[in-house]
Amino acid sequence: MDFYVSLIAILESTIRLSVPLLFAALAGLFTERAGVFDIGLEGKMLGSAFAAGAVAAVTGSVWLGLVAGILVSVALSLVHGYASITQRGSQIVSGVAINFVVAGATVILGEAWFRQGGRTPALSGGARFQTIDLPFVEALRDVPVIGPIYAQLLSGHFLLTYLAFAMVPLSWWVLYRTRFGLRLRAVGENPGAVDTAGISVVWMRYRAVICCGILTGFAGAYLSLAMTAGFVKGMTAGKGYIALAALIFAKWRPVNVMFACLLFGFLDALSIRLQGNPLPLIGQVPVQFMQALPYLLTVILLAGFIGKAIPPKAGGVPYVKER
Amino acid sequence: MSDIAIELKGIDKRFGLVHANKAIDLKVRKGTIHGIIGENGAGKSTLMSILYGFYQADSGEILIDGQPVTIKDPNAAIAAGIGMVHQHFMLVDNFTVLENVMLGAEDSQILNASIAKARVELKRLEREYALEVNPDALIEELPVGLQQRVEILKALYRKADILILDEPTGVLTPPEADHLFRILAQLKAQGKTIILITHKLREIMAITDEVSVMRRGEMVATRQTKATSVEELAELMVGRRVLLRVDKGPASPGAVKLKVENLTVRDGRGVTMVDNVSFELKAGEIVGIAGVAGNGQSELLEAISGIRRAAGGRVMLNGTAVDVTGKADPADLRQRGLAHVPEDRHHVGLVLKFEEAENAILGYHREPRYGRGPFLDIPAIRREAEEKIGRYDIRPPNPRLKTANFSGGNQQKIVLAREMERGPDVLIIGQPTRGVDVGAIEFIHKRIIEMRDQGVAVLLVSVELDEIRALSDRILVMFAGRVVGERGADAAEGELGLLMAGIDGKMEAAQ
Repeated sequence: MDFYVSLIAILESTIRLSVPLLFAALAGLFTERAGVFDIGLEGKMLGSAFAAGAVAAVTGSVWLGLVAGILVSVALSLVHGYASITQRGSQIVSGVAINFVVAGATVILGEAWFRQGGRTPALSGGARFQTIDLPFVEALRDVPVIGPIYAQLLSGHFLLTYLAFAMVPLSWWVLYRTRFGLRLRAVGENPGAVDTAGISVVWMRYRAVICCGILTGFAGAYLSLAMTAGFVKGMTAGKGYIALAALIFAKWRPVNVMFACLLFGFLDALSIRLQGNPLPLIGQVPVQFMQALPYLLTVILLAGFIGKAIPPKAGGVPYVKER
Repeated sequence: MSDIAIELKGIDKRFGLVHANKAIDLKVRKGTIHGIIGENGAGKSTLMSILYGFYQADSGEILIDGQPVTIKDPNAAIAAGIGMVHQHFMLVDNFTVLENVMLGAEDSQILNASIAKARVELKRLEREYALEVNPDALIEELPVGLQQRVEILKALYRKADILILDEPTGVLTPPEADHLFRILAQLKAQGKTIILITHKLREIMAITDEVSVMRRGEMVATRQTKATSVEELAELMVGRRVLLRVDKGPASPGAVKLKVENLTVRDGRGVTMVDNVSFELKAGEIVGIAGVAGNGQSELLEAISGIRRAAGGRVMLNGTAVDVTGKADPADLRQRGLAHVPEDRHHVGLVLKFEEAENAILGYHREPRYGRGPFLDIPAIRREAEEKIGRYDIRPPNPRLKTANFSGGNQQKIVLAREMERGPDVLIIGQPTRGVDVGAIEFIHKRIIEMRDQGVAVLLVSVELDEIRALSDRILVMFAGRVVGERGADAAEGELGLLMAGIDGKMEAAQ
């Protein structure tokens, strides 16, 4: 029973930790499926987390914070779009630039506005997302086996958590069952086919980039308004890159993306849980090793265990009409 | 109701310095198959891209059914009833046939209804035009012939009355091409107007009602197919130019320098471009390869010079084998005495953003005389470049000028100087005078003869028949990837023209 309790606890934190990855990876799914590679997920998430934290702290409204986060993230996406779609620049350079600019700007602005060493003031009450209890939680709590699953694992998460998981089937439906999705996927495979069909390649890609901005906005807001009570400098800590890895691992498919994010979330949760606890047979393991574990496994998984991941064919290539 | 489906008036288009279309006039009759023929680069594709709204003409007018229209994008072309089957298919490989046909012509935001409608409509088109294809197959799993059928279905699905096909048989096997022609005849019988762009005379004669010939951006003639002949079209396509006079003495061929045996080359899509070609090239002779552009000459040169991997065959250079099917390497071949003046100097021969002096050593830059340790000896490189500029009369005489700022003729001289001054045993030259002014042509021809007289074995490929005849000691004619004949330097133009069109002159004469 003790093991069961620990397992539920680890799985619960798996869900909590995979939410930002899920939002960010789905965001990447939209742009990359449209042929715009986005290494700037990290920066956008960070920018959104800062804007959300700052606005929520000043206004006291979590909703205004969320809107601010999304707006900042969409604005950064449009910068990336302008550089890589309109100006046909390098998508990698543009994304990296966004990551650096945001990493610096959030600290400078945070220090200038709040003087708390790059943090935003701690949020409480209506300035922060509260957890939601699902119906009948109390009645079911003491039922053996399924009680803990329902009460601890499924209930008591933030609204954004449920939204993140709801986005999975929704993204699938948009990409595979709507005209927008058909054209979006086509533009990432063969923009020439889209162009000759009389559809604007540029406008299609901008729309994909905006979708990406909205979703990374949610990812960032989740970090500073839900998971933590306020913005801390560098709080994304590479989650944008892990999300990219999850996207590749999932071969650019929405449902796979969810499982990949859960796997990375699980590794993260496991490493936290195992810190300071001796492993059976192995004994005490250094904290640093446990912290590095998710990243090590990422490398190993990406290097050998997924077979060939074929990216969208026109990915990373600006569209130029052939002569 | 006019019986002219499309009329073009004075269509003019420039890309930078290239004048791609010069005041083109064209009338295409309704319900006919109209061929547009011309060599690669004659401006056919540009013209059709203008008609399909891919580019805007600089000036000129387009009339559809007698009404002036502006076609500012493919949407406008589709609305005007024009459909296009592109040379490189505009299909999404990992989509199904149905999705590709539907793309851009969906009825509503949510796909279900559109898919159902497209399925019904595809069935109808299949029945009406005998265009069977499984709507749920993925494009990447279909052979090219079927992929092309999907392109045609796409156009028909959009209710196109005018169908443009750009080099449709380039990727097809002969049986597939015949099938395509049957489909086109069927479409014509149903009242569609078809424009067929090609550089293959056989196709024009087989299927078209009328044919227009383009040459160097100009529309030079329109004929009733019945009232013309392959010979006339070939001549119109290649163009009769002022006969070139080159002073040259008789050749004194020596030992075999280059021996090509059963060389076969395929392109990226697996289409055989060079088909079992064999020949010998001796020291002190010029062998010219004649042919209409696109009959495998380019691929032959690329395979021999180590740029493109051959699918089979053997090449011997100076008596030792060249690994043409494996890891033949241009740098290694250069060291072994093979110099190559590529057909496309802008993309293969030169780096246009480099200084003249840098281009003058490209490919030979590892030689010790250009370096000091790991560094380039810039003063030595510039000194040598200046010497060559003097000898080849390259203008302006400035080795530090960006190569892009030289004229076509002077750029070509930069390449020639680089390759010829090396004292090669074998010199391979593709299109030595393409885009070169008349003065430079004479100079280049003289230099080629001089190289021969010094005992160099010269292989010359040119689409200019006059050039081939003026320079060569022996002439090989290529058609559809094969060497279809060998003639002496004194061969008659008409006879070569027939060979170039794939008709054996002797057989014709015997009939």
